[in-house]
Amino acid sequence: MAFGPHLLLATLEGLVTAAVLALTALGLSLVFGVMRIVNVAHGEFFMLGAVLAWAITTVVSGNPAIGFALALVLSPLIVGAIAWVAERLVLRRIEYNPEATIVATIGLLYIIQQLALTFYGPEARPVTPPFNIRIQLPWFGYSGYKLSIIAASALLLLATWFVLTRTRIGLVMRATQYDRETAQAFGIPVGRVYGAVFALGAMLAAIAAVLIVPIQQAHYLMGLDPLLLSFIVVIIGGLGSLRGTVVAALLIGVSDGIISVFFSPTLAKIIATLVVAMVLVFRPQGLFGTAAK
Amino acid sequence: MTEGSTARIYGLHIAVVAVLVALNFVLPEYHHAVLARVLVLAVFAMGYNLLFGYAGLLSLGHAMFFAAGLYGAGLPLYHLGWGIAAAFASGMAAGFVVSAVVGLLALRTTGVAFMIVTMMFAQVFYLVTLYFGEWTRGDEGLVLPQQARRIVFGGTALDLTDPTTRYLLAVSLFAAALFATLAVVRSRHGRVLVAIRENEERTRMLGYDTFANKLAAVVTSGVICAAAGAAYALLFGYVGATFASVQYSILPLLWVLLGGAATTLGPLIGTLFMYYAVDIASGYTSAYMLVVGVMLILLVLFFRRGVLGTVRERWARWLP
Amino acid sequence: MTPLLVTRGLSRHFGGLRAVDGVDFSLMPGEIRAVIGPNGAGKTTFVSLVCGRYEPSAGTIVFDGEDITRMPAHLRVRRGIAYTFQITSVFANLPVYDNVALPVQRTLTDGRSRGAVRHGVMEALERVGLASRAGVPAGSLAYGHQRLLEVAMGLALKPRLLILDEPTQGLSDGEIDNFIGLVRDIARDATVLLIEHNMPVVMELAQRITVLNAGRILAEGTPAEIRANTAVQEAYLGTTQEAGA
Repeated sequence: MAFGPHLLLATLEGLVTAAVLALTALGLSLVFGVMRIVNVAHGEFFMLGAVLAWAITTVVSGNPAIGFALALVLSPLIVGAIAWVAERLVLRRIEYNPEATIVATIGLLYIIQQLALTFYGPEARPVTPPFNIRIQLPWFGYSGYKLSIIAASALLLLATWFVLTRTRIGLVMRATQYDRETAQAFGIPVGRVYGAVFALGAMLAAIAAVLIVPIQQAHYLMGLDPLLLSFIVVIIGGLGSLRGTVVAALLIGVSDGIISVFFSPTLAKIIATLVVAMVLVFRPQGLFGTAAK
Repeated sequence: MTEGSTARIYGLHIAVVAVLVALNFVLPEYHHAVLARVLVLAVFAMGYNLLFGYAGLLSLGHAMFFAAGLYGAGLPLYHLGWGIAAAFASGMAAGFVVSAVVGLLALRTTGVAFMIVTMMFAQVFYLVTLYFGEWTRGDEGLVLPQQARRIVFGGTALDLTDPTTRYLLAVSLFAAALFATLAVVRSRHGRVLVAIRENEERTRMLGYDTFANKLAAVVTSGVICAAAGAAYALLFGYVGATFASVQYSILPLLWVLLGGAATTLGPLIGTLFMYYAVDIASGYTSAYMLVVGVMLILLVLFFRRGVLGTVRERWARWLP
Repeated sequence: MTPLLVTRGLSRHFGGLRAVDGVDFSLMPGEIRAVIGPNGAGKTTFVSLVCGRYEPSAGTIVFDGEDITRMPAHLRVRRGIAYTFQITSVFANLPVYDNVALPVQRTLTDGRSRGAVRHGVMEALERVGLASRAGVPAGSLAYGHQRLLEVAMGLALKPRLLILDEPTQGLSDGEIDNFIGLVRDIARDATVLLIEHNMPVVMELAQRITVLNAGRILAEGTPAEIRANTAVQEAYLGTTQEAGA
């Protein structure tokens, strides 16, 4: 293949990565933005979404599209419920102390991973895509499903943006983010908002995982990469900024796609991680905003 | 601090080491081997505790210091045929270099950013061990040949594969790290570290260069962890990328939290307890990660001070 | 005699706010100087610039003939500038003894000698009358005693310039009387720069008074001169008298 088409292919692959990454990172960013905590178990909610999608599509027989549609609805709901319970039982009790929260969510990470390993097993399992259409471009054929991931992610991002900026729920969330005490004084049930935000963050990760699982396979250790990449996106994009998250996801996803096509993926990860660590070290103000210590 | 408590403190620490030496002669084979491993890992935990417990800096990347020692010792021994002493020294030197560089960079951040930056550097280190798989054999790792783990002084040969030699060397390393920690904690520098943990701005306004003190703590901690890693490679003959993975950054945190942060003997208690908890649990279930996860959550929910932290708070304020 | 401390055009802006705006200030060795002014006049910001907690936006600071404008805070402390915090910030979880041992061990040429540290700590604690409380956690002391501990920590640095930021805030009348005696005692071998709201304390202690208003020096002079200054009365004293009445 010539260089041009090769680059186009790499860009398309990168866009798929970016689409999934934007949703996952948005979940992490939302939780950090509103609750001021870092959820280390975020990648495990992603993994759980993928594993549940496999379970649901396996149970449902018939047209793969039916099972997949069901998974797209049920899997995020289950993951959201689990996250909500974890928030109420653990995070609320440690009063969202930043360091204790990190330790507690690491605990959560191990528990979820172990449960997945015990009940799902160590194998990587595929999920059948809801449809198999191949779109023929002049130089190569490309999976229609992958293109639909990009579209679905864009729609979901728009919906999230609408909820955050144009509805009462979004207003309540922004008020809580801005000043917790004042929000409480104005009768906003801060505790319930926190529970809901934590669940919503996990659901976004789960949706992203359901979308990607037909092309990536479900595995109990698949959560680490999305976690690290989400950190990277959130740090570069700036917290709480929906637009920043999307732009950074595009940047990271596409460049990751392109670098992975031309270089070794391990080297690509090394470079990306190192660059982001350096950004955090030398430009922390652009990353955690001014309110974080 | 009175003279009486100084005598009590040294008495306690010497007694602990004496008991460990005595156990060499009474422990059954299985527990003898387990304890040797626990002691080396406890040194890793002590290094972590120095930074997290005393200086109050929560790192999520200490696996890279342990692994720096592990590879710093294992690679030259395996590929270049270096002797044990040279390999151990090179492991510690690797720990010094890695911790100095990481400290200089990561200490520009604080709080949550510090945790994430250390985690990312550790991830880079881990990926590098995979990238150079030609030499490290990545996750599969290297098994150091038995004949290389032997040292000859004049007429006597010291064989690290012999259980008794291995155990006694592990105790020696543990004792050295324990008294080094004790010395640091009771020094001027140790008092400054605790002050930085409690209130960094106030410490600075008492005329202390807090950055330099924190950097010294990162390097001391890194070198102790690297010594543990180098000893692990030499005593147990295995060098693998697993030891550089995120899991080995989390485990010392867990051990220290359980045993009691900012206590000199807490890391040993935490490591010992967790090792056996996982060991016993794995008799019934393979779900060791579940044990780790549940322990972490229970600790932050109900037992923040850990075993010795609670003992110190309730009964023995003099514990260092 | 050359001044101990001189600032020229010292300014600090926070966004659009000029917290300190072109302050020319000088302080003679051995003086007890009070800095007064309404809330938000820039007093704490001004002394924070002097001790290095903030970087100035413009201007210079010269201490004992040396330009310290860009010097890190901990080196200024080593040159002899000690700052006691407005909001009490002793190490609450550490024993009173350790709170004072920290500054003592730094000023000693042989800080490794436990005997020398103990001697220095007890001497500082005795000066403020807290020697009997050495073993208790600082956080368990009464508020007034925590303020005294804060002063003891400043004293233990053996400062040439001791900056006290609202030291009598929250103290009882009896404690304030003791405190006045303590500051006089300190002033025998150190220069004292005092930010204070309590006017009787200022009038009794200060040899000269600098009045700040909106980040600028409004007036400077002896207590009698300041009392007679109509601009000061309008800007500041009037309100205190009302408050005191």
